[in-house]
Formats: sequence, structure tokens, C-alpha cells
Amino acid sequence: MATISRDEVAHLAKLARLAVTDDELDTFAGQLDVILQAVAQVGEVAAVDVPPTSHSVPLTNVLRDDVVVPGLAREDALAGAPDVEDDRFRVPRILDEE
Amino acid sequence: MSSASSVTRMTAAELSRALTAGEVSAVEVASAHLDRIAEADPKVHAFLHVDREGALDAARRVDAARARGDELGPLAGVPIAVKDVMATRGVPTTAGSKILEGWIPPYDATIVTRLREAGLVILGKTNMDEFAMGSSTEYSAYGPTFNPWDLTRIPGGSGGGSAAAVAAYEAPLAVGTDTGGSIRQPAAVTGTVGAKPTYGGTSRYGLIAFSSSLDTPGPCARTVEDAALLHAVIAGHDPMDSTSIPAPVPDVVGAARQGATGDLSGVRLGMVREFAGEGAEPGVAAAYRESIEALIKLGAEIVEVSCPSFKYALPAYYLIAPSECSSNLARFDGVRYGLRTGDDGKHSLEEVMSLTRDAGFGPEVKRRIILGTYALSAGYYDAYYGQAQKVRTLISRDFAKAFESSDVLIAPTTPFVAFPLGSRTADPYQMYLADLFTIPSNLYGGPAISVPNGLSEGLPAGLQIMAPTMADDRMYRVAAALETAIPPLHRPEI
Repeated sequence: MATISRDEVAHLAKLARLAVTDDELDTFAGQLDVILQAVAQVGEVAAVDVPPTSHSVPLTNVLRDDVVVPGLAREDALAGAPDVEDDRFRVPRILDEE
Repeated sequence: MSSASSVTRMTAAELSRALTAGEVSAVEVASAHLDRIAEADPKVHAFLHVDREGALDAARRVDAARARGDELGPLAGVPIAVKDVMATRGVPTTAGSKILEGWIPPYDATIVTRLREAGLVILGKTNMDEFAMGSSTEYSAYGPTFNPWDLTRIPGGSGGGSAAAVAAYEAPLAVGTDTGGSIRQPAAVTGTVGAKPTYGGTSRYGLIAFSSSLDTPGPCARTVEDAALLHAVIAGHDPMDSTSIPAPVPDVVGAARQGATGDLSGVRLGMVREFAGEGAEPGVAAAYRESIEALIKLGAEIVEVSCPSFKYALPAYYLIAPSECSSNLARFDGVRYGLRTGDDGKHSLEEVMSLTRDAGFGPEVKRRIILGTYALSAGYYDAYYGQAQKVRTLISRDFAKAFESSDVLIAPTTPFVAFPLGSRTADPYQMYLADLFTIPSNLYGGPAISVPNGLSEGLPAGLQIMAPTMADDRMYRVAAALETAIPPLHRPEI
């Protein structure tokens, strides 16, 4: 049942913001097909009435007291950035010019 | 002072006694290990970064504190290697990826904070499969680590660097992370001890996230007692991690020492029927059977248990973990840290992100992001991710039922011994099979440990002991008992 086409892989890569090359698409499409066919075995399990487990720790709504504590200094937070301008992260243009 | 080579052969427990007795200084211990790294690591490539100055500074501080008469923890002055997935303030951290090349974290992971506070001396950062995705360390963007037992073979993964560093006497201890077996499988194939604590028993704060519902940091060592000593340092509630369990840490050190008496009277070992030989190569299956005989001689009772859903653990894992990673790795977008590619004024932000991620991620990471994106997408969610989460429930029920008749479960750690470099990279699913026996404990959340249980065709095999959630002490007791019954490994000279 689980087969995936080269076009589907290209679409998923675009959704995942991966500018994959044609060569990568050729390789991944075949490999992902093998992997998907294997993982599709989960479909054999009769589990209609079984609740899903997202997490093994039965904790919910873990909150802390609303107390201000020091965070990262600005220069520390910016120290690893690829580009910084005026104490901010600089990014390429987001909106096209009219 | 002891000679440098005898210092590097000592266990953490032996180093602790020698340091406390003043027979050796922390600076001497650190220097001996740094020299050993300089000697062995050109062949093994366990380390991505060696922090010589940082290690010697930390050692000097321990020696000064000891000279002042300060109260010190048992592992103060003992060196340790840290998997490169943990943020270390001021020390490069890459998670084995080009996308983080040169990144220097501005903070410490909680695990690292606890190591520093306990006086452990951080030698450096160890190699790993990129973002901890892999079973051989071949997916590191910085080249593979080589198994000290045979330099043409893999050291396991993702934490192959941490396991190889310990196996090659470059460090007595290391920390790793285990999402589907990344501590235990490398331990098995390098003849070392590796433990995955209860999920939530060790903090994830400051780990570079792969699969948040599974990621669990834990100890790597050459002996069970050493692993327990390190476990006791790193475990315990952390308010910075919302899935950290607010409960006392089981007495793992006491349990390991109890087990070392070699008495397992009254302990019921559940032999997982589905894992008894199936899928394991003959030498690994033989080592497993011999371990069972040894454990019976120590007084343990063997109970056969059936865990029918375990056969779906691997497929469920390879849906859940990629789904979580496709979300977690969205943060690597070339904005706040790491690599940025294509920012030449001609590309939009979205194009720069896509170019950055294609240039910065390796093939296995891309495969898993695409797979996870698929499993979570509309129309496929129920059949894949949703169904995998239901299988996860059934696996936990199998564990619960098995623990009604047994105290711990036992199985081989991994189906095969260290395989030759390059033999499984072309077929990703063949690589995934290395985690066949380790994944169930990750999906369930309970602790599991791998201990050496002899050789198969001259290469180490591992026995895995799985315990109920928060019963980490039980697995240490059984592991330490087995250690007394198995002849010590003669590690090859590097």
C-alpha cells in the first residue's frame, strides 16, 4: 500500500523547506518507498479502540511560579547568529517590493 | 603518582578512591587522559572537539577545593566525555551536523551543569550520527568513529563516539542520549556498559532535540558500578524540563553494589519470547543463551514472557521519531544560529531557509524530515502517526503484563555485532534493524541497560536488561551480578 512517488517526495521536501537536488530526489524516492512499506506494518495491528500514547510520563499542565529570573543576555543570544544588525537578527527580505 | 597508562586503565570508582586518598591529583588524571586521547584518537576519532584547557582548569579547581578541605562528590576529578548533542557553554556543539558547525552555546544543558557541579572534568565532545539519527556514527558530518575492537567496523550509533572513547580508555565515563538505542547499541558493540534511564528521570534541557517524547540522556562506562555512579550524578528532577519526573532517584549505586555480590536469589528474569533468537545472528544468540545460564547459576529464576506487540515497535518508532524530528528540526532555519546559505540579495527568506537546510543537513536527516512530514500530513496522519501512537500503547501494555510475572526483562541488546563500515549505509532500513531490541523500552519509557556478555566471532555482544518505569535500580542490580559471572573482556591495544 505505501508507495511514494518522486513528485510526492519533491512536494514534501518543499513543505519541509529542503531545497533538495534532482539527484537527492532520485535517491530518496526509492529509499523512502522501502522505509514506508516497512513502517506501514503498523496498519496490521487491530487498534481501533486503543487510545494513543503521545508520551510515557503521566504529567499534565506542568507550571512554575510566575517569578522573573534572568534570561540570556542580548549579546549571548545574538552571538551565534549568521547576521546581526542593530542588536537584532538580520534576515533576507520577507515581502517583495511593490 | 601512578603511571599515565595505569591511570587511564582505572575505573571511575578506582579513580575516585585514588583521588580521595590523595594518591593522584585531578590534574594528573586529566593530563593522562588528554595524552591518551592524543595517542588513540587519530585512529578512533571518538572526539569532535577536545577541550584541553577547559579540562585542566576544571581539574585544577577540584584539586584546589580538595586542598581546602571542601566536601566533594564521589566523582570529583574524574574525567568525562560529553556527546556533542548537549549544549556546553563556551565549547563548540554541533550535534554532528554541518548546520551547527562553529556554534558555541551560550548556556549549559542541565546534564552538563550537574557534571560541572559534581566536579567531573569534561575532556571534550564526542562524535555522533547527525542529530542522533543513526546506528553507526557514519552519518556524522565530520566522518565516522572507528570501533576500537576493529578499526574497519562501526562503533554503533548514534553515540558511537562516547562508547568508543570509553572502550579505548580515552575517558572512564561518557554521557550519551538514547532515543531508540543510541546509548545501548554502541555499548553492546564496543564491549562497554550503557544505560538508558527511565524517560523523564534525566533532564532533556539543553539537549539538541531529536524526538522529544523519547530522548533520554544516560551514562556510558566500562563497569556497571561506574555507570551507576554517573547515573546518580545526572538523574533527578529538573524544573527546566516539563517532562522531568518529580520523584526521588532510585538508589542505583546501592543496587549495583548489591548485585556485585553475585546473588540474584528470588529475582525473576523475563525472557522475551519474541526476542529469543529471532533476528539475532548465531553468535549473539549463543552469547544470550550463555548469559541466561550464568544468571540461573546466580540464583535467578527464568520466566518466559510474551510481548506480541514488540514486533511492531520498530515500524512504530520509525513513524514517531521522524514525525517529532520533522517538527523539532524546523528551528534550523539559518536565522538565529548556525549556517546560512544563499543570502546574496537575490533569494527570498524562504529560499534562503530551504538552501540553508539542504546544504546543512545530511542525507539521513533529510530522509527522516521528509518521512515525518509525510506521516503527519493530512490524509496520512491516522494511518501512520496516529496508528503508531496506538501501537505505542500496546507495547506499554505488553511491558505491564510481563512485569506481573517478572522483575526485569532480558534480551540481546542488538541483533548483530559491529558491522563493517559502509555495509549498511546504502539501505537505510537495514541500518534501522540495529535498534530492533532496544526500541521497545524507548516507546514504553522504562529504563534499560546493556552489559557486555562475551564475544561473538571475536567481537563484543551485549545483554540488555529492561526494568519497569522508575525501577532503574533493579536493572543495575542484575547487570552488576551478570558482570561478576562473565569473564572480563580483553580489550585490544590501540
